[in-house]
Amino acid sequence: MEFLKKYKKQLEVVAAVLLLFVVIVIVDTLGNSVPRVIVSVLKKSCIYALIAVSLNLLNGFTGLFSLGQAGFMLIGAYTYAILTIPAGIREGVYYMYDGGALHFSVPLIVGLILAGVVPAIFAYLIGLPVLKLKSDYLAIATLGFAEIVRALIQWQGFAPVTNGSISLLKYPYFKKIWPFALVAGICILLIVLLLKSTYGRAFKAIRDDEISAEAMGINLAKHKQMSFVISSFFAGIGGALLAMYQTSLTATAFTSAMTYEILLIVVIGGIGSITGSVLGSFLFIACSEWWLRNLDSGKFLGISLPTVFRSGFRLVVFSVVIMVIVLFFRKGIMGERELDVDRIWNFFTKKIPAFVKSRFGKKTEGEKAE
Amino acid sequence: MKNVLHIQDLTMQFGGVVAVNNLTMDVNEGEIVALIGPNGAGKTTAFNAITGLYEPTNGEISFEGKVFLRNTPRGKMKKQYLGAEKDTYASAPVLRKTPDRITKLGMARTFQNIRLFKSMTVFENVLTAMHMRKTSNLFTATFMLNAKEEKAQRAKTEELLKLLDLYDVKDELATSLPYGKQRHLEIARALATEPTLLLLDEPAAGMNPQETAELTAFIRRIRDDFHLTVLLIEHHMNLVMDISDRIYVINFGKEIAKGTPAEIQNNEAVIEAYLGGDRVE
Repeated sequence: MEFLKKYKKQLEVVAAVLLLFVVIVIVDTLGNSVPRVIVSVLKKSCIYALIAVSLNLLNGFTGLFSLGQAGFMLIGAYTYAILTIPAGIREGVYYMYDGGALHFSVPLIVGLILAGVVPAIFAYLIGLPVLKLKSDYLAIATLGFAEIVRALIQWQGFAPVTNGSISLLKYPYFKKIWPFALVAGICILLIVLLLKSTYGRAFKAIRDDEISAEAMGINLAKHKQMSFVISSFFAGIGGALLAMYQTSLTATAFTSAMTYEILLIVVIGGIGSITGSVLGSFLFIACSEWWLRNLDSGKFLGISLPTVFRSGFRLVVFSVVIMVIVLFFRKGIMGERELDVDRIWNFFTKKIPAFVKSRFGKKTEGEKAE
Repeated sequence: MKNVLHIQDLTMQFGGVVAVNNLTMDVNEGEIVALIGPNGAGKTTAFNAITGLYEPTNGEISFEGKVFLRNTPRGKMKKQYLGAEKDTYASAPVLRKTPDRITKLGMARTFQNIRLFKSMTVFENVLTAMHMRKTSNLFTATFMLNAKEEKAQRAKTEELLKLLDLYDVKDELATSLPYGKQRHLEIARALATEPTLLLLDEPAAGMNPQETAELTAFIRRIRDDFHLTVLLIEHHMNLVMDISDRIYVINFGKEIAKGTPAEIQNNEAVIEAYLGGDRVE
């Protein structure tokens, strides 16, 4: 019991993660009897959770406002796809360019790791000049970088490697959901461990107050660079996973709008909260791919209004939701806190009954239980 | 007595304004030295130049006998330079260090306007300052292979907090502490970097007489407990006269007097600088 008490918080998180994983495995084993939309929501949520956490490491924990995530994801995705397309079928994929410039392929797992390493190298080089900038200027510089990467990948000059504006196909991908969850889970775990360590504290110190962090002996340039490179490493892996999810890859999909989506997830979840980012991505993806999908297709919640609920209306609703969040829930779902079962329990057993009581003055079940 | 900090001909010029002009100071081991002067005299600027926040325009600063900062007017400043000793350091190599490297030498500072890590607790604030002296790298830290060091750091933080009467509030948010305690915490955080020289920028700013008296005792106590040398900027004359071994007085960036508290109290130039007066010539 001592052990249980001491590590209660950690055990709760482990339990929550295991529960999620069990759900995913069950959905996997059920196979085709599960609606396709649930499968794709789960897959995409796992991927976005990883990317959102990687952006949170940079924005929420180190205080570097970067908007280059889509660029690093793109590099990661292309690195993975280019290196893992089986040598035998390269002819078919690079049909415009005589089978492309590369004539070898690497195993999936090596491709995944390289999909992190290559963006990290780019991040290191970009970071040298760019990280001297602060706040908005850094955001603009990294956003510009992401756009440049997208343009370069589509450039004809690199076409024998990147296939230009033609999509990359037939690289290996995970068919089930659990490998996505596993890879994302391992990566998020690594980020959590990093943030719990002495380096994580240094990052937070830089976020809180750069001048005093430096006066306390924290090398700003080195630690900012470190955070930037690590964030890009995981964004690259996230990009590779996204490429697997899409099964065909074009650079046009990785627009700055994608970065904003991820930034939105981070803001909804709470800047500076890992569990917030994970929750936020599941909510966001479920809304955009599933719950609010019908807003575009004429019929929503059983109401048939083809003149209102037509293509594009979902985005209108979404924008309103975002405005409401920014205006009234500026700290997001979690704020800077992490998931805490006690607080959720209290919320349902104390706060809601108290609220109901104050409004309606009747005894509720929660009251009787007390 | 061993020399800890030696400042030679320090000049700090911003555009056409000479904020610190040809300042020469010595701080010896175990001393408490105060740097005082009226508002805008250039005290904090001198501090920022010593700790690497600003790059000095001219002059040389050494710590424990080793020169770590040296500059001479260069480029555009060569023409604009208004201070003294223009060519003294032209032949020697320019030395620069970022604030974190200077802290690593063994000089820690506090700030005039308190700069704690806002989102962290008292405990974490002090623990974070120990990051500099770590031996672990990114991998050993992430994979918790440095558990021993981490444990030692935590134990040391607790010890430090106990010594400085902050242990009761260790889990509170740093910014939720009363003002006086926040000042103490800033000093505790500076001590966590294991300095030999502590630089205090107006530690008693905004304190009432009782808090000031407590702080005086506190500074003396940590000087003795941690074998420190202290250089401080202060406006509270009670505190300065009470605590300092030696005092430097500057006005408009220039040194106008130096000596023991008794000498400074009777120095006419100092009285004039503070109270004003008609110059009879």
